Amino acid sequence: MAVEARQKTEAGKGFVTGADLLIEALVEAKVEKVFGYPGGAVLPIYDAMFRHEFPFEHILCRHEQGSIHAAEGYARVTGKPGVVIATSGPGATNLITGITDAMMDSLPLVIITGQVGQGVIGTDAFQEADVLGLTTPITKYNYQVQDAKELSRVVNEAFYIATTGRPGPVLIDIPKNISAELTVQSESNTIELPGYQPNVKPNALQLQKLANLLEQAERPVLLAGAGVLLSDGTKYLREFVERYEIPVVNTLLGLGNFPGTHELFLGMGGMHGTYTANMAIYEADVLINIGARFDDRLTGKVANFAPGAKVAHIDIDPAEIGKIIRTDVPIVADAKTALQALLAMDIKKPETTEWIAKQKENKENYPYWYKRNEEKVSPQWLIEQICEKSKGEAIVATDVGQHQMWAAQFYAFNKPHNWLTSGGLGTMGFGLPAAIGAQFGRPDDLVIAIVGDGGVQMTIQELAVIHEHSLPVKVFIVNNEALGMVRQWQEKFHGERYSSSLLTKNPDFLKIAEGYGIRSMLVEKEKDVPGVLEDVFAYDGPVVVDFRIDWKEKVFPMVAPGKGNNEMVGVKP
Amino acid sequence: MKRIISCTVQNRGGVLNRITGMFSKRHFNIESITVGESEAEGIAKMTFVVNVEDEHKLEQLTKQLHKQIDVIKVSDITEKSVVARELALIKVTANSQIRAEIQGLIDPFRGVVVDISKDTMTVQVTGKTDKIDAFITLLKPFGIKEIARTGVTALLRGQQTKSYVAEVSSLTI
Repeated sequence: MAVEARQKTEAGKGFVTGADLLIEALVEAKVEKVFGYPGGAVLPIYDAMFRHEFPFEHILCRHEQGSIHAAEGYARVTGKPGVVIATSGPGATNLITGITDAMMDSLPLVIITGQVGQGVIGTDAFQEADVLGLTTPITKYNYQVQDAKELSRVVNEAFYIATTGRPGPVLIDIPKNISAELTVQSESNTIELPGYQPNVKPNALQLQKLANLLEQAERPVLLAGAGVLLSDGTKYLREFVERYEIPVVNTLLGLGNFPGTHELFLGMGGMHGTYTANMAIYEADVLINIGARFDDRLTGKVANFAPGAKVAHIDIDPAEIGKIIRTDVPIVADAKTALQALLAMDIKKPETTEWIAKQKENKENYPYWYKRNEEKVSPQWLIEQICEKSKGEAIVATDVGQHQMWAAQFYAFNKPHNWLTSGGLGTMGFGLPAAIGAQFGRPDDLVIAIVGDGGVQMTIQELAVIHEHSLPVKVFIVNNEALGMVRQWQEKFHGERYSSSLLTKNPDFLKIAEGYGIRSMLVEKEKDVPGVLEDVFAYDGPVVVDFRIDWKEKVFPMVAPGKGNNEMVGVKP
Repeated sequence: MKRIISCTVQNRGGVLNRITGMFSKRHFNIESITVGESEAEGIAKMTFVVNVEDEHKLEQLTKQLHKQIDVIKVSDITEKSVVARELALIKVTANSQIRAEIQGLIDPFRGVVVDISKDTMTVQVTGKTDKIDAFITLLKPFGIKEIARTGVTALLRGQQTKSYVAEVSSLTI
């Protein structure tokens, strides 16, 4: 068999290994960027990339977690699948956090991991890990290739599964002998997935029920989530909202799907959302959820969430409908398709003038608030300044914690696909590599990483990628010398016992940046902020800025754990 | 409440792991699983007996099953006309004096003696779960040494007498 394969390949176009088939399949899938890290079990794949003269750009991150968050950032801002390659064992296990993150936030990723040779699988060989077993609960689907002939079909299916329906990560585990050995050309690459039918048209009867609800509504609210972004339905959302004049609430991940400065926009809902958004949902008589999954950080205590509302829920994933909130009108569909279908219907506009006036009043009376601190930098004001100076049009990536909430509250996103944050999993260390991936995806756009002094230290090695590729990413460290959100909860709910949450011995971030050949600045006083921002945004290279804020700063308003959204505290100064 | 869920799946590597992993991740309580090949090549049939608190939990379970890429069809067949069978092998203490007495119990249950040693006999019995439970209860006083049960496997009857259809299709909701 091997001889026959060799003869065939020699007569053909040189030598064909499983790795060659993989590279060809990736090219076929129109892959442009791959984020990866080489190692023993993927040596044949890296060799094939080299021999094929890199038909796509390979970006060497400095840790596999960096690779996968970069791929997530790339996917989020381009809508294309992010592709990751890592080696077996530790290479693969270092991806686990990012895979879970992508699963929770429905990001399309195709992840290729090396595996030890088939002859030693199951023997605890060097750098062997049961990657299939480890990643089964955190992938939309996963494969271990058993024969090189399957490769084209498997890659084809992986991209199809990752990008259709509710997007998610798909992993392909490739034993080293399969990528290394000579093989015959692949069998057909035809997709064989009889159990997977992702393209769902909305049910006309249910759409009519939604229309009836809307016509009768006196206090309607539209909750718009990331599904609107993933389906590229923002244009139709705006048209629908403006036609029927329905106030809009965003989820954290939905930010940007509706203009942040629009008069019908009530802000983000949930734990650190606006009072207006939370009260609107609390008082609503009709709640239309498009592409959001009623996450617990959004709903607060479920019994107090939209208690008087008839609920219509549009989601591509039927399992999300009725999972958390009882639903009167379930619609299984892609957000865009459903919105298009609704726009094609003849629905009587509900009378909502009074309701909208009330929202306007709430917005005026209960805006996000903060106290200026001229001795240091007030973080909320800092974000407002960043928003103003970048015209609300930058791509913004964050880590997780206080700075993330401030960014969500005070950066008004007027454009879609510019907001990268780890919503479901809440992954510290996400921001910097995600910003890198975003910059690779949209090289001409301004990319800002707003990160905490805690989170940035989890993936700070990725500054090397910024340096290597001269990426003009602006890294803003919101430095409170603390794990701020942990500290805030300890202050509020644990008697001010700051157990392991104060980072009083932080490294010198300026010197770290300098070590990576990146320009860096320290900002300790508020008066210096505007000048520094103008300087940074005018500069076409990477910058790290260390903004010093008061360690006692807190995120408000807030729904305490276990409380209802109508019981927010800190809604006024 | 106890439900019998029948599932047709694409027989690819790791499919059982993926499904049982989903059950454990989402805290669904499985009483038994049977898996075997079906009439079609590459397609397997799984039968689960699950214990769920309420309709809401049941709906989640079937939807989560349906969401799996390899799952082709999910049916809750509890309320339908089904043929459901389980097989049990029961090794019971039985010296030559009491073998006849045990044989007297086996016959009404249509059990079969499949092994006999000096001190034990092994009985095979097939049927619905409650029948097997009842049989085991009867054998207990003799001293049961070991039991192996297959779990329930089930098929819809050729003709459905009940009009109630509990088939689950996530696409029609």
